Amino acid sequence: MNLTWRLAWRNLWRHSRRTWLTVGAMVFCNVLLIFLISLQLGSYQMMIDNSLAAYTGHVQIQHRGYLEQQRMRQSIPEISALADELRTTLGQGDVAARGMAFALASSRERSFGVLLSGVQASYEPGVSTFPGLIRQGRYLNPGDSEHIVVGAVLAQNLKVGLGDEITFIGSGRDGSFAAGVAVVVGILESGMEEIDRSVAQVPLAWFQQMFSMGEGGHAVVVRLPGLEQVPAALATAWTLVEKSPDLVVHDWDAMQPGLRQAIASDMASGWFMYAVLIILVAFSVLNTQLMSVLERTREFGVMLALGMRPVQLARLIGMETLLMSGLGMALGVALGSVLTWYLSVAGFAYPGMEELGAKFNMPGRMYPEVSLLSLLWGPAVVFLGGLLAAVYPALRLLRLVPVAAMRAA
Amino acid sequence: MSAISCRRLCKTFRQGEEVIIGLDQVDLDVEEGSFVCLSGPSGSGKTTLLNAMGGLDTPDEGEITVGQYRVDQLSKSELADMRLHSIGFVFQAYNLIPVLSARENVEFVMQVQGVPAAERGVRVREVLAEVGLQGLEGRLPGEMSGGQQQRVAVARAIANQPALVLADEPTANLDTRSAAQLMDLFVSLNRDLGITFVIATHDTRVMNYARRLIRMRDGKIVSDERQQPQAMAQ
Repeated sequence: MNLTWRLAWRNLWRHSRRTWLTVGAMVFCNVLLIFLISLQLGSYQMMIDNSLAAYTGHVQIQHRGYLEQQRMRQSIPEISALADELRTTLGQGDVAARGMAFALASSRERSFGVLLSGVQASYEPGVSTFPGLIRQGRYLNPGDSEHIVVGAVLAQNLKVGLGDEITFIGSGRDGSFAAGVAVVVGILESGMEEIDRSVAQVPLAWFQQMFSMGEGGHAVVVRLPGLEQVPAALATAWTLVEKSPDLVVHDWDAMQPGLRQAIASDMASGWFMYAVLIILVAFSVLNTQLMSVLERTREFGVMLALGMRPVQLARLIGMETLLMSGLGMALGVALGSVLTWYLSVAGFAYPGMEELGAKFNMPGRMYPEVSLLSLLWGPAVVFLGGLLAAVYPALRLLRLVPVAAMRAA
Repeated sequence: MSAISCRRLCKTFRQGEEVIIGLDQVDLDVEEGSFVCLSGPSGSGKTTLLNAMGGLDTPDEGEITVGQYRVDQLSKSELADMRLHSIGFVFQAYNLIPVLSARENVEFVMQVQGVPAAERGVRVREVLAEVGLQGLEGRLPGEMSGGQQQRVAVARAIANQPALVLADEPTANLDTRSAAQLMDLFVSLNRDLGITFVIATHDTRVMNYARRLIRMRDGKIVSDERQQPQAMAQ
């Protein structure tokens, strides 16, 4: 080993307790950063999955302009056939066709506006978690016709229960008067009042008949195993619709722009917290190295007298910090990786999470997402922060005068 | 030929309101290969003069030349180069690097010089043998006596084969026997290698070794005598 590196290494252990305290702070910070960043990335994945799994799906085929205006006429003809073709072509994930219409729902006592969805009972459970949220009765069956599933708040507002009838009045695709009566077979509870107040699902065929849709609908919904499959699914869907200039394909980001904004906002607050943590560790390194420089001033004076240049002394301090930060990084990454990898496999839950997940048809455990970014980003910044913290002590050495330094106690 | 030449050197220090004269119009020439002692009471200016010669401190006025260097005109890095290649220092408190062994302390200066590892190894063995420290190469400073540490310091000072060794109170922390051994070593290095020695001391036993004894008081040279060196009584 080069003598200067050897000197730097041995200098670190002149006050081993102090060095271990500083290295320990770096290790703790690195483990914490690896875990928190992995958890953060994992929670975003979960947040996106949960949001998309609820209703939107990862990809949708719609009529051009429907996303912005949601007009009845902006429909897709032969929607079930298109959904079947996409299902076959994709070979993965789930595909379902839907029709949507605003209607006035009336019971014997009250009336409320609702967003009525016509769904394919066979395929809807694959693209949405709503069918799993039934609290009373059952979800729609493929053989159902004039049957309806409603949200719990809507049922309460309309004062209807299982077996009661709800009358719908709306406007058909061709502008005609649309009306129908459906029997409540299920009441669902998502836990989100806004959804439970407005959701009402009927069989697609009955919906098409009531709203004069022919064989049409408004969206072909695709739910994929993960976000990484989205680009391929988008490309496949675009290939299918390329001969129909009225149709477009949207990914989840276009359909739920608020989701990415919410993630960006959460990330910003997360990064702020990490920055504070890293600054604290950098100050710990600064403190250690400054003390080390101050108590060795006489020794540095002697080194200058022997012919070392101040910049060589500064380099020595840099080497010491490099070794200390490197040790903190190596131990931190090793411990943090093992811990986070274990949790990414076994998952973990905070108290009550599993019950909450079971209630709302969501995962009951969280799984940190281990990646090179989550493992190395935090420790790399701590490492650089440590090196930066050594700049001030090193700069002090550049101003050292041999005689004055050797007089230091 | 002069190893050192000082002309009208002045240096003052400020201690609160008080101005202390360190050097007052000092003129001095030290010939190559000479063995000189600077003596005088504390505060007489001998360490200040030594520091000025070594480029460790800069005089307020005057000229100082060491070998081919005009010390008073050199930059910080040029002074460092001069010290590294031309001057060896021996300090009162040994000032070894505590985490390096005897061998590594001696080697360190050569490493700064950029001497290749193989050459360093040979030179370290030679130098440690010259100062009589064979077998103690691996010891840390804390594992050696004061006399042994001072020998390591001397080995370090001569490792870069300097033309000049400046020693500030080198025997102050040594017992009589160790001090005598150290001075014998200085004399032999001066005689055999032709290294010029300038030693600041107020130890009369050390002064006996000098061939030239310069006495200082209040920053001035008050006497400059050639003498016949005598060995120290052990």
